[in-house]
Amino acid sequence: MPNTEEKMKKPNYFSSVLNKRMRGWVVGGLVTMFALILLLAWLAPFGYMISTSLKTQLQISDITAPLWPAAPNQVEIEGQTYDVFTVPVGEASPAWFDVNGDEVQDPDEASLANGDYELAIVERGRESSKFVDPNDAAAGAIHWVGRWRTLSTAWRFEPQWQNYAEAWELPSRPFTFATLLYNTFAIAVLGIIGTVISCTLVAYGFSRFRIPGKGLLFGLLVSTIFLPRIVVTVPTYALFIQFGWVGTWLPLILPHFFANAYNVFWLRQYLMTIPREMDEAAMIDGAGPLQILWFVIIPQIMPAIITVALFHMVFAFRDFFEPLIYLSSRPELQPISVGVQQFNALFGQRPELIQTMALLGLILPVLIFFVAQRAFTRGIVYTGVDK
Amino acid sequence: MAIGERILATFKRSPKPPKSPLQRHETRWGLIFLAPWIFGFLVFILLPTLATLVFSFTDYSILHVSETRFIGLDNYTRMLSDPIVGQSLMRTLTFFVMAFPLAIFIPIGLAALLNSEHLRFRRFFTTFFYMPYMVPLVSAVLIWGGFLSPTGGWMNRLLETIGIQGPDWLRSTTWVYWSLLIVGIWGNGNAIVTTLAGMEGVPRELYEAAKMEGAGSFATFRHVTLPMISPIIFYNLTLASVGLFQYFLEPYVLFAQAGDPGGSTLFFPMYLFQNFFQFQEMAYGAALAWVLFLIILAFTAVWFALRKFWVYEAERE
Repeated sequence: MPNTEEKMKKPNYFSSVLNKRMRGWVVGGLVTMFALILLLAWLAPFGYMISTSLKTQLQISDITAPLWPAAPNQVEIEGQTYDVFTVPVGEASPAWFDVNGDEVQDPDEASLANGDYELAIVERGRESSKFVDPNDAAAGAIHWVGRWRTLSTAWRFEPQWQNYAEAWELPSRPFTFATLLYNTFAIAVLGIIGTVISCTLVAYGFSRFRIPGKGLLFGLLVSTIFLPRIVVTVPTYALFIQFGWVGTWLPLILPHFFANAYNVFWLRQYLMTIPREMDEAAMIDGAGPLQILWFVIIPQIMPAIITVALFHMVFAFRDFFEPLIYLSSRPELQPISVGVQQFNALFGQRPELIQTMALLGLILPVLIFFVAQRAFTRGIVYTGVDK
Repeated sequence: MAIGERILATFKRSPKPPKSPLQRHETRWGLIFLAPWIFGFLVFILLPTLATLVFSFTDYSILHVSETRFIGLDNYTRMLSDPIVGQSLMRTLTFFVMAFPLAIFIPIGLAALLNSEHLRFRRFFTTFFYMPYMVPLVSAVLIWGGFLSPTGGWMNRLLETIGIQGPDWLRSTTWVYWSLLIVGIWGNGNAIVTTLAGMEGVPRELYEAAKMEGAGSFATFRHVTLPMISPIIFYNLTLASVGLFQYFLEPYVLFAQAGDPGGSTLFFPMYLFQNFFQFQEMAYGAALAWVLFLIILAFTAVWFALRKFWVYEAERE
């Protein structure tokens, strides 16, 4: 009977499903664990940056200091400041409470249990010292046998927010970080206007018009992605010098008004996915190419245009080489990237300020990325993948 | 269609369309829309590229523009007797040989991990592995400069916890390349994410077919995933090759343009840059730039030639 056979199989079937599930959980857990460890290592530099940017110079040079921003713990008792140490109490280094200000004869009477204590040192001696418990100073002095110089400093969490205030002021410059921020945004926004207008026009031309040799032109456009920029640097620089534009923002903005391969490619990809029916309907209604672009195409490719704008914003924050060569003589016009780099050269001995500047330099693009994540991933999928 | 294929498509002729008034009208408008790019291409790409070649036969310098003379091949013969040219070119080649395989395989490995069906929270992981790409170059270099520092940096302290004595990452002429590689890989999120997008685009049916054939996960990866994403690997590989030959900004920022330690990061493009903007030897720099351009072009040509052996091409409509 088939019925009995089925009955025989059933438990087996279930157990194998269960097994499979268990295995799935274990493998999933292991893979995720591995990815998590990798990710922690991947992001460790950010941890270093944030932590260091909140440290004192003193803590950075102290190798016994903790990784988190901290300051040597000190307490104030009756108007006096005392350093706090981690005091190990054990067989070889006993500690006990002084009674009546004098040493007790029998340490056992008031001795401390073994363990580590955070105590403030009040009297430093060679072989033994006196401490008080910062939380209970009234309990009296504690006598500890051992060399205080071997003790490690107790640290307390104390972020140095004033590093940010100091970095913001840009020591040695007559302007503040706000100027760099303004410059970066101004260059970025003007560039965005240029790249959005020009790339939309060109992508529209490439995707909707029959032009002889279009394939050749488009291939030429795309091949410029692989063009080494170094080969155009000198004549372009010489050209801008002739125009008297070196030391202005024009060399950083103007070229974006003439389209670039990445953005045209990706806008065109996006345009190709949009059916032509609406263009054709508009054309029959007597709309010209410009009207079709404005009223039909642009509303439909708005998400793509926003992606282009966002990528350009991030590009403007990243771009270093061109602002470096065109604005080296005009610090007050430089964007964040160049300003931060010159700061690095000036303040090699202040790691905490350098990390503060690094953070100020990356915070905006990273925030933009998190806020507009979808737009960014959409951009990648269309540029990188055959659709 | 992937970007790489576009370039090859360039060389294939399109059939000549018949001409009608309507067609001419369309062409005219099309060219108007293309005009910004055509102008930009001529002024900012084609002319400068040719001008670099012309400059390389002169003694042009912004210090004495009006007295520029043609000096024939002098700039090129000068290269032969300039020891820094050979040395810096060797450094660039060495760095290329070290970095190129990593620039290809690490993004594939990470993308494979992020694409794994076993991985939970994939979006979360993808976002954070991609994030360093958003960090501007200067900030990235400053962070790593501190992170790798033997005094106060975290790298060696982390290595210590697993019992490894870390090297002097930035001041040892052998380790400095590895430091630069780490920084480069970290910021290469774009390659990871494009590769991942490619993997996600592989049709499900192919995986199911492979499963039916009894292929294991490694065989599936090797014979299904890799061929399907080969156009993207090709694109990233070509870009990496072009980028690595022009590589110098990271060490430029890290060591305040000095080529430290001991000149080991004075790469060819940095020497070129110095000639342009520090020594005001613009014409000599142009000659160096043209040589570098030819090297990059030669490598790119090789990648395109080797393409047919391993890059999978989808049928065209």
